[in-house]
Amino acid sequence: MSKQEQHWEKSRGLLFMTLAIWFVFSIGIFLFGAEMNEVTGPFGYPLTYWFTCQGSLGAFVILIFWFANRQEKIDEEFGFSERGDD
Amino acid sequence: MKGNFIDNLPKVYGIYTGGFLAFIIIMSIAEQMGMTAKTIGICFVAFTVAIYAIIGYLSRTAQADAYYVAGRQVPTVFNGMATAADWMSGASFVAMAGGIYFKGYGYMALLVGWTGGYVLVASLLAPYLRKFGCYTVPDFIGTRYGGNLSRFMAVVVLTVASFTYVTAQINATGTIASVALDIPFQYAVYVGLVSILLCSMLGGMRGVTWTQVAQYIVLIIAYLLPVFWISNKMGAGFFPHFMLADEVSRIAELEAQFGFVKNSAENLKEVPKGLAGITKAHSAVNATPWAFISLALAMMMGTASLPHVMMRYFTTPSVKAARKSVGWSLFFIFLLYSSAPMLATLSKLSLIDPALPTGIIGKSITEVQAIDWYQNWNQANLMFVSDFNGNGTLELNEFFMGGKAVVLATPEIAGLPYVISGLVAAGGMAAAMSTADGLILAIANAISHDVYYKIIDPKAETAKRLVVARVLLVVIGFAGATIAALEIQGILGSVIWAFDFAMSGLFFPLVLGVWWKRANKEGAIAGMFLGLVSGAAYLVWVRTGGSGFLGITQLTFGIFGSAVSLVAMVVVSLMTSAPNAATQKMVDEVRIPSGKSILGKQH
Repeated sequence: MSKQEQHWEKSRGLLFMTLAIWFVFSIGIFLFGAEMNEVTGPFGYPLTYWFTCQGSLGAFVILIFWFANRQEKIDEEFGFSERGDD
Repeated sequence: MKGNFIDNLPKVYGIYTGGFLAFIIIMSIAEQMGMTAKTIGICFVAFTVAIYAIIGYLSRTAQADAYYVAGRQVPTVFNGMATAADWMSGASFVAMAGGIYFKGYGYMALLVGWTGGYVLVASLLAPYLRKFGCYTVPDFIGTRYGGNLSRFMAVVVLTVASFTYVTAQINATGTIASVALDIPFQYAVYVGLVSILLCSMLGGMRGVTWTQVAQYIVLIIAYLLPVFWISNKMGAGFFPHFMLADEVSRIAELEAQFGFVKNSAENLKEVPKGLAGITKAHSAVNATPWAFISLALAMMMGTASLPHVMMRYFTTPSVKAARKSVGWSLFFIFLLYSSAPMLATLSKLSLIDPALPTGIIGKSITEVQAIDWYQNWNQANLMFVSDFNGNGTLELNEFFMGGKAVVLATPEIAGLPYVISGLVAAGGMAAAMSTADGLILAIANAISHDVYYKIIDPKAETAKRLVVARVLLVVIGFAGATIAALEIQGILGSVIWAFDFAMSGLFFPLVLGVWWKRANKEGAIAGMFLGLVSGAAYLVWVRTGGSGFLGITQLTFGIFGSAVSLVAMVVVSLMTSAPNAATQKMVDEVRIPSGKSILGKQH
C-alpha cells in the first residue's frame, strides 16, 4: 500500500471515530431525552436540559479541536504536514 | 504602527474593543446627565455602523484573490470570530432566546443543530475545500465534476438557499434600524441595506472579514453584558451559566402551581398577531425523540452546506489553519448560544415569579397596565395582557409577549439603565448586518465568478470581473431589501428554510465529491437537481395542506430532499461511466493537506 493510501486510511479511521462521538452528542442522547431528564446533571440542571444548553455544545467544541490535533499528527507521520504557522 | 496589518491584528482589535467599552461608559454618563433614550439608541447604531463603514473603506481592493478570499491570510482565531459573526444572524441574536422561552426543549434542537453542524464542516469538508483552492462553493463543484451545467446547478442551489436567508437578515436590520432610529420600516430596510453594502462593496471578502470581526466584538459584548448583569442584579448567581439550577427548578415549580390553561379560540382572537403566551414547560422534555433529532439533523447538514460559512474557510493561510479555525468559530458561537437559555430562564423567572419585585403574574391587571415598561412594549406591539376570566388578576395564560421581547425588553424589565438597551440594539444590528453581508457576497461572488467569468466570458480582465461582482452585490442587495420590505415570512421560519434548501441540493454533492471517488458529473447534477426540486415540492405540498410523512415537517423538508439527492446521485453515478483519470488524481491530491492547491492563486 502506498504512503498516500495509508494516510487516507488513517484519516478515514479518524473521521469515523469523530462522527461516532458526534452522533452520541447530537443524536444518541436525545433518543432517551425524557428518561435522562429525570436525572440531575452537572451544576444541578436536569440532565437532558443541560445537554441542550451546554453539554452537547461544549462537547462539539472540544471534539473539533481534538480532531484537528489528531489529523495534524497523522499528517506529520506521513510527512504531509504543511510548513509555516497558523 | 510597525509591521504589516496582519501582525498587528491583536493590537488593532484590542484598541477597538477598548474604544467600544469607553463609548459605552461615555453613553452611560450621558444618560445620567439626561440624554434621552432615543438619542442614546441613535448614537449606538450610528457610531457602530460608521466604524464598520470605515473598516470597509480601508479594506478596499482591486485584486481578485483579496476580493474573493481576503488574500488567504486571515489567522485562525480572527477567522473564527468572523465566522461566528457571519453565522450568528439576527435570528440567533434577537429571536433565539425568545424561541427557547416559549417552546423550551423542542426548540433547543436548533442549538444542538446549529453547533453540531460544525463537526461535519471540520471533518468532512472545510480542510478539503481549502486545499482545493477554490474561490466559491460552485467553483469546487464545477472543477471536481467538470462541465458548466454542474457549476450552474450549484449556483442555482446556492442562490435559492442564500436568498431565502438574506431577506430575513435585511428584514432584521430594518426592524432594528426602525426601532433605534425611529423611522418607518419600509425606509429602515434601505438604511440597513446601505449599511450592509458599505462593508462589502469596496473590499469584497477582505472588507467583510475585518468588519465581521468588529461586529462579533460588538455583538458578543451586547449579548453577554446584560445576561451577567441581570443575573447578578436578581441575585441568581454571578456566573449564570453554572448557577441557574435553582431558578430552573423554581420555574418548574411555578409552572406546576399555575398550570397551563388553554385559551379558547375566541379569547386568542384578541391577542395581537405574533405574540404568544407560555404554554410549554421550560426544562421538561416536550418533544418526541424524532421531532428533536430530525430538526437537529436538518440544521447540522444545512450548516455544512451553506456557502457563506464554507467560503470563510477559504480565507485561511493553510489547510491546517482551516481545521483549527472551525474549532475557534464554534467556540465563539458557543459563547453566545450557551447564554441564550440562561437569558430565557432569567427573563421568564423575573416575569412570572410573584416573589420577585418584577413579577407580574398574580398582580391585578390594572396594576400591570400602569407599569412603564409594559406600556412601552405594549405600544411596540410586543406585549399584551387581557383579563380573560374576569377575576381582575393576571394569570399565566393571560400574558402574551413577542419572541423578540426576551432579548430586547428583559434589560428594561430587570431595571437596567437604558444604555444597555442601546447596546443591545447595536448588537442586533451587528449580528444581522454581518450575516447579510456574508450571504450577499456569497451570491454575488458565485454569479460573478462562476457564471460570468467561468461560463460567459473566461477572458475577462480582473478589473472588469470586480466591477461585475460589485454591480451584482448592489443588485442582489436591493432585490433582497425589496422582498424584505414586503414582510412575507417571519425571520426564523425563513432562516430554517434556507438550511433545508442548502442541504437538499448541496450536502451530498459536496461530501461525496471529496469522499467518494466514483461520484461523477451526471450523478452530481442529478443529485443537486432532484434534491432541490423534491425538497421544494415537499415544502409546497405541506404548506398547501399536505399531510407529510415520517414526521417530516415544513421545517425539516431538507431531510427528504437530501435523501432523494443521495439516492439520485449514487444511482446515476453508478449507471454512468466513472470519472476520468485526471479527476481521480485530483481527488487524491485534495486528500493530501500539503502541496500546491488544485486551483492556482489567480484563477
